[in-house]
Amino acid sequence: MSETLVSVQDMKVHFPIKRGVIMDRTVGYVYAVDGVDLEIKRGETYGLVGESGCGKSTLGRAMLRLNEPTAGKMIFDGQDFSTLKGEELRKMRRRIQMVFQDPLSSLDPRQSVESILVEGLRAHDLDEGKESTSKRLRELLTAVGLPTTALRKYPHEFSGGQRQRIGIARALALNPDLIVADEPVSALDVSVQAQVVNLLQELQEQFGLTYLVIAHDLAVVKHISDRVGVMYLGGLVEEASSEDLYAEPLHPYTRALLSAVPVPDPVVEDRRERILLAGDLPSPANPPSGCRFHTRCPWRQATKCDTERPALRELKPGHKVACHWAEQIQSGEIQPHEVKPILVEESDGLSPDVPLVGPASVTEALNP
Amino acid sequence: MALLEVRDLTVVFQRKGEEPFRAVDGVSFDVEPGQTVGLVGESGCGKSVTSLAIMGLLPKRGTKITGTVSYDGTDLLKLSDREMRDRRGRDLGMVFQDPLSSLNPVVPIGLQVTEVLERHRGMARKEAMIEAKELLDKVGIPDPNRRLKEYPHQLSGGMRQRALIAIALACRPKLLIADEPTTALDVTIQAQILSLMKELVQDLGTALVMITHDLGVVAGLCDEVNVLYGGKVVEKAMRHELFAEPRHPYTHGLLASIPRLDAATHSKLTPIKGSVADNIPWSQGCAFAPRCPNALDVCVRVTPPEEDQLGRLLRCHNPVVPGTPAAEEVRA
Repeated sequence: MSETLVSVQDMKVHFPIKRGVIMDRTVGYVYAVDGVDLEIKRGETYGLVGESGCGKSTLGRAMLRLNEPTAGKMIFDGQDFSTLKGEELRKMRRRIQMVFQDPLSSLDPRQSVESILVEGLRAHDLDEGKESTSKRLRELLTAVGLPTTALRKYPHEFSGGQRQRIGIARALALNPDLIVADEPVSALDVSVQAQVVNLLQELQEQFGLTYLVIAHDLAVVKHISDRVGVMYLGGLVEEASSEDLYAEPLHPYTRALLSAVPVPDPVVEDRRERILLAGDLPSPANPPSGCRFHTRCPWRQATKCDTERPALRELKPGHKVACHWAEQIQSGEIQPHEVKPILVEESDGLSPDVPLVGPASVTEALNP
Repeated sequence: MALLEVRDLTVVFQRKGEEPFRAVDGVSFDVEPGQTVGLVGESGCGKSVTSLAIMGLLPKRGTKITGTVSYDGTDLLKLSDREMRDRRGRDLGMVFQDPLSSLNPVVPIGLQVTEVLERHRGMARKEAMIEAKELLDKVGIPDPNRRLKEYPHQLSGGMRQRALIAIALACRPKLLIADEPTTALDVTIQAQILSLMKELVQDLGTALVMITHDLGVVAGLCDEVNVLYGGKVVEKAMRHELFAEPRHPYTHGLLASIPRLDAATHSKLTPIKGSVADNIPWSQGCAFAPRCPNALDVCVRVTPPEEDQLGRLLRCHNPVVPGTPAAEEVRA
């Protein structure tokens, strides 16, 4: 059994932007995920952070093949998951389960908890008679901290935190190796968040699970992850163990991100220095050339940054960063300077080299 | 006298055939010019209803508001609709949580800013446009001339929130109420908006009421903090005192349940057990008692009175003794 459970190689997800009614032409792409490599070891928790629109959820979904990746592959436990088909794919899916963000919309409102949990078991032939199944269901509910009376109830009868527990029980039912949790706690109130975070940690110890946790809340990710990858505009910009990343962020974006997170302590808040990023996230349909971050980077240099896309390289053991000038920034050789916010065009992602011919919509076709 | 004095504000929602629901239950606080006061709590604690009641934005039907909200000596709750309309936007500004749904989608940004100026400051359109441009510039929107002609959907989330702040500030209100102004935004954009609001409070001497669920935001911004639970203020203190020594078990529990960036990894969080659904009515005892690790027998029988303890208000029979570590770990 190898140590690596999941290995993602050069994963790309490009969503086409279509135009036209009769002639369906692709006029551009949204580069949601653009070349990501990552490895997740057995039994660890890998945290994926980034702001909205950076492609973290798309990456998670593409790994499960809920969205087909445009390019790249995912090796799961030594097998190429991205080329599996039909029955083989279905069988493999038992081993990778997902917990979704919004617990209410990801549970069927017309199915009782029992039926939600049994559905997966039946689909994978794990339903071996009434007795063993009902025993299994009770085990599951105890594991996630719900009373066994919950089986007969429907999702709307539970609070947000309890619903998320049902979602976790559903993922757990099939004895998966990997659980992909997409924003598992962001829809919950703070006092309930901690309950679910603790539950995830307990289950990991109990069942030896591997997690991929996708979240925008850096504090939550730091708290539960062993290793953390930071994404910006479709690519990983930094990857390190969570202690290293927070103790010594190397990429300018990670630094800004960490300095922006409010800490519930006025003493710390008054003292700390903020790196305020100018402007907004550029459109993923029209990403900046070279380093994706150069338009907002306070450490931007005159050369290389806008022409060459930096590769993820290992600066220290286990600490990877995608920045041309990471060493110089760390040693203080390069100092931050002011950045003028650049207008972010809310473009429709049309590339200028595709000529626009023909109607763009039915109305346009009828009223030329 | 403080600029805004809220006394015993109570909001009761009554629907036919249903038990009346006390969303806000006797909330009192003061705001001085140039001061930032925070209202903190989880969803359903009544913080947004408090702000809507102050602004006179709650529906008339089925709502009973009692208490006083005196602004500069006048009770806002007693004003007629017409008088209130004159004050809203001029004396009282408000920034809402979701900038997309609080801007008119079919009116250009420029017109939405000048509308306030024309209505309250009697400016002509041309004059107002020049002022609007300056406002957008002040809140950090690049290329304001072009942005004035654009519609809300053409702006990013952060820019929309800036535009909304520009509208709220157009008439230099003495009081600004911000209801979760950064909740819908990403952290880096949140940092931009918060530093902008801090600057504006300092420069213009505006009084700010900050409503949020994020204790981190409160720690960096507010002078005085009111912690709400179930419609009542359970603890009120200056921010340094509150965060250094949370006395109410709820405040204490909230702080212990938030993962912190500067804490060691894999440290266990101490959640508050149960959920808001477990609350008992305040008339019976302490609403928080069923979830409270410090609960005594008296907590479910007697409503805890509001007590002044060394400069902070506390509503608890058995407060946390300063210096004790987080309450015993409770498994929910």
